[in-house]
Amino acid sequence: MESTVLKIENFSAFFGENQVLKEVSLSIPQNRITAIMGPSGCGKTTLIRCINRMHELIPDARVSGKIFLDQEDIYATDPIIVRRQIGMVFQKPNPFPMMSIYDNVIAGYNLNGIRLAKDEKDRIVEESLRKAALWEEVKEALYRRGTFLSGGQQQRLCISRALAMGPAVLLLDEPTSALDPKATSHIEELIVQLKDTVSIILVTHNMAQAARVSDFAAFVYLGELVEFGPTGRMFTAPKDKRTEEYLTGKFG
Amino acid sequence: MKEPSIRRRIVYDKSFKIVIILLTFCSILPMLFILFFITSKGVSAINWNFLTQLPRPVGEIGGGISNAIIGTLLLIGIGTAFSVPVGILAGIFLSENRKGKLASLTRLCVETLQGVPSIVIGIIAYIWLVVSMGSFSALSGGVALGLMMLPVIITATEQTLKLIPGNLKEASLALGVSYPRTILKVILPAGVSSIVTGILLSIARVAGETAPLLFTAFGSPFMSLNILKPINSLPLMIFNYATSPYPEWHTLAWGASFALIILVLGLNLFTKIVTKRWKVQF
Repeated sequence: MESTVLKIENFSAFFGENQVLKEVSLSIPQNRITAIMGPSGCGKTTLIRCINRMHELIPDARVSGKIFLDQEDIYATDPIIVRRQIGMVFQKPNPFPMMSIYDNVIAGYNLNGIRLAKDEKDRIVEESLRKAALWEEVKEALYRRGTFLSGGQQQRLCISRALAMGPAVLLLDEPTSALDPKATSHIEELIVQLKDTVSIILVTHNMAQAARVSDFAAFVYLGELVEFGPTGRMFTAPKDKRTEEYLTGKFG
Repeated sequence: MKEPSIRRRIVYDKSFKIVIILLTFCSILPMLFILFFITSKGVSAINWNFLTQLPRPVGEIGGGISNAIIGTLLLIGIGTAFSVPVGILAGIFLSENRKGKLASLTRLCVETLQGVPSIVIGIIAYIWLVVSMGSFSALSGGVALGLMMLPVIITATEQTLKLIPGNLKEASLALGVSYPRTILKVILPAGVSSIVTGILLSIARVAGETAPLLFTAFGSPFMSLNILKPINSLPLMIFNYATSPYPEWHTLAWGASFALIILVLGLNLFTKIVTKRWKVQF
């Protein structure tokens, strides 16, 4: 039995009257990569935005149900604390344009007003960039702006920015959908390496990507969690007919 | 249907281009004309004494505009100190709240304020500050100028912040950064070049305003740094001297006009530099 890092219980999410997630219950295993698959607009992104409480930033949005991070109900915790424990990387790379690479990585501390000694900062920056496999490429250019990097490098910069906060869970929202194939495979390799440090939830509409990198997979369709299980089993012997149809390309 | 011949099309293209260039040239003519006229009349009045001495009574030769230069800078300083914080915060509010009653009401007020004639702004500042404090003052003049700068700064801030990609805000919030810090440390810095540009242009716009100062700053022949006392300014001095019957005062007015134009031109050039240097590439 895998140990669980994040437990989602009977969770629903709404935009106004529109219910986009229906009674989802899911246990995310620790130090594994869990892929959330499904066609566009089925609630995948909403699901992970609920996990770090970004969903509620949209006017009219509300939720019901519970999500536990290590026994702690995240909806009973300050969202600011939750977001420091659950990092997020977005679809489009979004480094802070006015900051250098160095400042981007350490941004979580600087912007939060957490004061660190210079050598402590240096250590976190180097460590985070190494984890994101970006150190060798940028170590000579730490004080240049992050926006000078290529798209794939920018995305790895965003990953190291999230890792710098030492999160327990890392949410990746289609992190490669804006990248070319080479940069994509780079990021995929990186994700696999990262699971030793952090539990990863990867939203993707690319089934091949889910098959390549994930240990567990969840299939979400029309706001419902249709099926959840080890990726290998899901791709070879799906239990639900809808999963099978999706995986064989009948819809989606 | 027969297509127009290639030849005709080329002629049409060419003549269109010529008309555009001609009209563009017409639009810069007045500016060149003003610059030339004021330079030719005013530059002879400019010398070190003109810039550093106080005005002298009628009949005495010489005298300068030092108190008007200092006064203009002080008035602009007061106006900026008052309108920049208010303007930026209101601009943030408007860009963060696109809908809502208070937002649309504020927008309406800002647009209206922009259209209020400057003489009316002067009267308002007169009633608010001059009457209640019992004296013409630099403070009331500065507030009048600030009121005129306010809508420009609010609009510049709002428009700038609206153009900043939303994913930047999300990036910051997702790091656990609080909303106020996100606004102040991520969103504002990302728009700093355009906001500063807006502020500088609003300063350039009010630097030459006379009407709001007539019954607020009032003018003064003395050097004064007391913001509770009447103060001189370049536009006021030009107004008073140009309408006087003395030829030597007319020369001073031309000189002061030249100084004012140079100040505004300098501000505009400085704005261009700031826009370029501080630009944030997304």
